[in-house]
Amino acid sequence: MFDTAIIIKSLPMLLGASVWTVIYSLTSVAIGFCIGTLICAMGLSRSGVGRAVAAFYVSFFRGVPLLVQLLISYYCLPLIGLNVPSSVAAVGTLALCTGAYLAEILRGGFLGIPPGLIEAARMVGLSRAQILTRIEVPLAVRLTLPALVNETTMMVKASSLISVVGVLELTRLAQNIATSTFQPLEIYLTAGAIYFVINGAITFLASLLERSFRVEKAA
Amino acid sequence: MSFNPAILTDNWAAILDGMVLTIVIWAAGTVIGLAVGLLVAIGQLFTNRWVAAPLTLYVAVMRGTPFLIQLFVIYYGGPFFGLDLSPLTAGIAGLGFYGGGYFAEIFRAGFLSVPPGQIEAARMMGMSRFQIIRHVQLPQMLVIILPALANMTVLLSKETAVLSVITVNELTSVIQSIGSTTFAFAETLLFLAVVYWAFLEIVTAAARRLEKRVGRFTLRGQH
Repeated sequence: MFDTAIIIKSLPMLLGASVWTVIYSLTSVAIGFCIGTLICAMGLSRSGVGRAVAAFYVSFFRGVPLLVQLLISYYCLPLIGLNVPSSVAAVGTLALCTGAYLAEILRGGFLGIPPGLIEAARMVGLSRAQILTRIEVPLAVRLTLPALVNETTMMVKASSLISVVGVLELTRLAQNIATSTFQPLEIYLTAGAIYFVINGAITFLASLLERSFRVEKAA
Repeated sequence: MSFNPAILTDNWAAILDGMVLTIVIWAAGTVIGLAVGLLVAIGQLFTNRWVAAPLTLYVAVMRGTPFLIQLFVIYYGGPFFGLDLSPLTAGIAGLGFYGGGYFAEIFRAGFLSVPPGQIEAARMMGMSRFQIIRHVQLPQMLVIILPALANMTVLLSKETAVLSVITVNELTSVIQSIGSTTFAFAETLLFLAVVYWAFLEIVTAAARRLEKRVGRFTLRGQH
């Protein structure tokens, strides 16, 4: 029989763990965004080495399953003497991985910026770094917002994989409760529903943001 | 840190089995996913709302929740419904239904890309709904959505690694167990990454070629 009592009983714990899911995924997206911007700038630069490094980076992190990347960081970092907590290693790996996807997304945004704007910025004496942070990044974000939001929801889902390397978040806690209560269906469905709500909330907030952007554009 | 490639050559037979199983899972999951996706898209677009609404929810759930949780629900929650699936069956079914959610969105966009005038014309000529889908819509839309379908198929090959968590003996699982028995994590896991990477590059290149070939059939500026 479907047991709603167990859902009500474990819901507070699951919601508590989902806070970690949100923290881990949003942190990795924030770090990944910086990595992605850097990789993207390298990919669009005139330097042949820069372009090669960027292409290699994107190809590797998009070509290897995230689970395998997580296993490598979990088992191999200690081998080279880096004993970081598993949560730090996991968030770092998530960030490196999403950085590759974000670089590809931002690429489209950077290419969509009218070259005249960049030339004008250079004429008024802005440095290369200033042009990147004040002109190019804000415009690229605005141009690619739907794709960036989609990548963020992908990362919320992907963060469930860090349970495999022993980091306590929503999926890991659901596993613990499911094995101790022998009621996996109820627990996993509840966990799935929480992920669904988190992603729904992110999509909703992004739609508000998108609308505010549009008003600014009209003004 | 020592690096001993003999660990890989000693276990070559098991590794090869794992690779074969990974490809089998990928192929089976893709075929199921395409079938589910096509049926869901048809159900969403060409039936009444009582069929369409649950299907739309299905697509949203498949795309809005982690694949790992979906696998757990099928594998550990299955016995609740009397579905005592083996890890492999649960994994392939999970991959198929997960992919189906994404493929459905692609097919739906494809159906909507065929100009309505053609469908009206086909209906005027007395073609049935099924005939219109089969002879008018599918042939035209497949050319348009092929890049998206190929892209999703490539993505599914990476998801097969997640099946190792529910103890399916595919490549990641095989390599992981070799790693944990020999403690040769660097050799095994880096090899694993390179294999997936090379595989993904080959499959992506093949998809690009296919797109280029089929691209000849799209008539630009026709509608």
